[in-house]
Amino acid sequence: MTEREYARVFSRYAGEEGDLIPLLQKVQERAGYIPEDAVGRISEFLKLSENRIYGVASFYSQFRFTEPGRHSIKICLGTACHVSGGQILADAVERDLGITDGQTTEDGRFDFRRVACLGCCALAPVVQIDDVIHSRVTVIRFKEILDEYK
Amino acid sequence: MNTNKFIQQREKAARKWDRLQKSRVPLIYLGSASCGRAAGAMDVLAAVKKTLKDRSLKAKMVHVGCIGPCYLEPLMDVQMPGRPRVSYANVTPELAKRIVVSNLVKGDPMGKLAVGYFDGNGHGKIPGIKRFFDLPMLKPQVRVVLRNCGFIEPEDIDHYIANDGYSGIVKALETGPEKVIAEVEEAGLRGRGGAGFPTFRKWEICRNSPGETKYMICNADEGDPGAFMNRSLIEGDPHAVLEGLLIAAYAIGASHGYIYIRAEYPLAIVRLEKAIGQMREYGFLGKDILGSGFDFDITIKEGAGAFVCGEETALISSIEGKRGMPKSRPPFPAVCGLHGMPTIINNVETLGTLPNIMRNGAEWYSRLGVQGNRGTKTFSLVGKVRRTGLIEVPLGTSLRKIIFDIGGGTLKPFKAVQTGGPSGGCLSEEFLDTPGDYESLAAAGSIMGSGGLIVMDEDTCVVDLARYFLEFTQAESCGKCSPCRVGTRHLVEILKRITRGDAEPDDLIKLQNLGETVKRGSLCGLGQTAPNPVLTTLQYFRPEYLMHVKEKHCEAAVCRELIEYRVVPGKCTGCQRCVDVCPTGAITGPRSEPHNLDPDKCIKCRACYEICRFDAIAGDAIIIRSMRESDEQAN
Repeated sequence: MTEREYARVFSRYAGEEGDLIPLLQKVQERAGYIPEDAVGRISEFLKLSENRIYGVASFYSQFRFTEPGRHSIKICLGTACHVSGGQILADAVERDLGITDGQTTEDGRFDFRRVACLGCCALAPVVQIDDVIHSRVTVIRFKEILDEYK
Repeated sequence: MNTNKFIQQREKAARKWDRLQKSRVPLIYLGSASCGRAAGAMDVLAAVKKTLKDRSLKAKMVHVGCIGPCYLEPLMDVQMPGRPRVSYANVTPELAKRIVVSNLVKGDPMGKLAVGYFDGNGHGKIPGIKRFFDLPMLKPQVRVVLRNCGFIEPEDIDHYIANDGYSGIVKALETGPEKVIAEVEEAGLRGRGGAGFPTFRKWEICRNSPGETKYMICNADEGDPGAFMNRSLIEGDPHAVLEGLLIAAYAIGASHGYIYIRAEYPLAIVRLEKAIGQMREYGFLGKDILGSGFDFDITIKEGAGAFVCGEETALISSIEGKRGMPKSRPPFPAVCGLHGMPTIINNVETLGTLPNIMRNGAEWYSRLGVQGNRGTKTFSLVGKVRRTGLIEVPLGTSLRKIIFDIGGGTLKPFKAVQTGGPSGGCLSEEFLDTPGDYESLAAAGSIMGSGGLIVMDEDTCVVDLARYFLEFTQAESCGKCSPCRVGTRHLVEILKRITRGDAEPDDLIKLQNLGETVKRGSLCGLGQTAPNPVLTTLQYFRPEYLMHVKEKHCEAAVCRELIEYRVVPGKCTGCQRCVDVCPTGAITGPRSEPHNLDPDKCIKCRACYEICRFDAIAGDAIIIRSMRESDEQAN
């Protein structure tokens, strides 16, 4: 993100402590992750130590500190998905793409997150790729779905 | 107070609603909440639009929320002028085209394909089609909170107002805050987030606490994996929750409100934002609401993914921009909460109930449910049950009625039901007649929780399930207090040993002792309830633990280290579909001869098992079973 982009994001907030999480969310929405320099800039803007900011950002699972891939795979491991085989799908990602939770493939095609629940439990197991939720996914179907994303 | 403007708004909304019901063009309803979308509603929508265009047909699309039976998604309904609305289930794009053409061109509602019709709009019935609400899943339900879901357009405030919306807050403003609290007390409403604390008592404490500013927070951080009641309600009827928030804020004397909602629910957030905008426009937010002198505004705060933030003090820390760590109580948030001010946090469903209580009165509400447990409760009924979905029943309804009458039971023999998510317990068959109320579930060692019901059949391993829940709470433990931080970690390690087949009989005693210690010693609700899944399964499913420990046997064939994949030679036709999908070359064999599966190469990825079932000639030639069974055969 450029200097100006940061300035534009910051201009929407009063600079209070309570703005920290929304600010981090906005930065991640734009940059796709929390870049290293964002912590310093937010620190100056909110007058909180960088330590505090990193402490908060790393507490919440939403924030990532590495660049995302072109497509984001989220495997739901909520209870309903777990009992319907969500873990087997997560294993498939780890095996076939060679990445674990929070990582991005070397070619930058996919990043992968295990998530607690996407709230589509009646259609378990579900997988979210970018903004699309795929329901009742099997190992074989999952492979086909991934092939659609280049 | 001045209600003239509201009366005008209500008349305008009623006219709009009436025009829709008596529409002269066909109406096509589509359930387009997150779950409908996941099931393919958007593809159906595209197919409908294309069919209308290709055939030059006229129809109006009505986008509604989730009506509940998720197993029928995507649901699409057609209402021809002057006729009732007819519902079709599991609609594919091709089927959608046929339905549209049949209804709009031929005037044939395709009675055999329809699942039900709605008789709400005064258009009589259609011979040969059942009433939708007579379907076995719907009939035993009582819809109070969910009354509008699937009927109104959630993004249109007029639809809500036309269905008695915002008349609850008008009544509240007329009677005054004390009367509102008294009404909620008489109704017997208890917090629907899980703990079941009487709502009025919390409010009273807050109202009577000194503080210049008071805050009202809606907890929509539905963190329980396996639960989606709050998401569905917000997506299907956001104004009901917002009206509830207004009523609660007015009762406690709050001037500002927050909705703390999971970032994982983008559609719900969008609907809330739109709804809040409409409220401002209609004068339900801002200064001097309806001329009553009551000022109130709402801010949406997106949660950033921390289960512990469902705990009140942690949620407050998170809104303040801190790590979401709980604090020891007292002081309770009702006395000293957000920014040190008296604060009330109510769950989405609690708030969604309030307009109904205000509108229909406490006496009406207290007729539902049983003594001490008044009203209805929504549940997300999922897992290995035939009819999955979102349901609402009076409190006290037995688990048997919910799982078997509404849910249609399980395909394979029933084994257990988990109530209350990771904080709840796993109950065996003997508890099926337990009434679904706060006290009975607690006595059984579980909790009501927010409403997740996960049904398990004999293919679910309860030890694996306990490990799953503990891995979840261990990862979500904030780390502030050591009983929870260290205790859950060790519980997971013991459970992992058991599921791997490396455990000693001693481990079960350790598990029990440690579980009880974590429960007693932890600071907040997360740690205090985290061992519940372990303790209840140890109590009700001990033989299954012993089998894992002593015989290294997983009856459900789930625990990876204890199972194996096998080709059944008598069934395998040698079609080679499994050979093609096996990623490690573990399956070999010439065409038309039974294949060979090398267990040393097999990584248990399940690809062969699935392809055999869906795509192969034999259908069931590959099985997953406990290794002990092969040992027995060998002997």
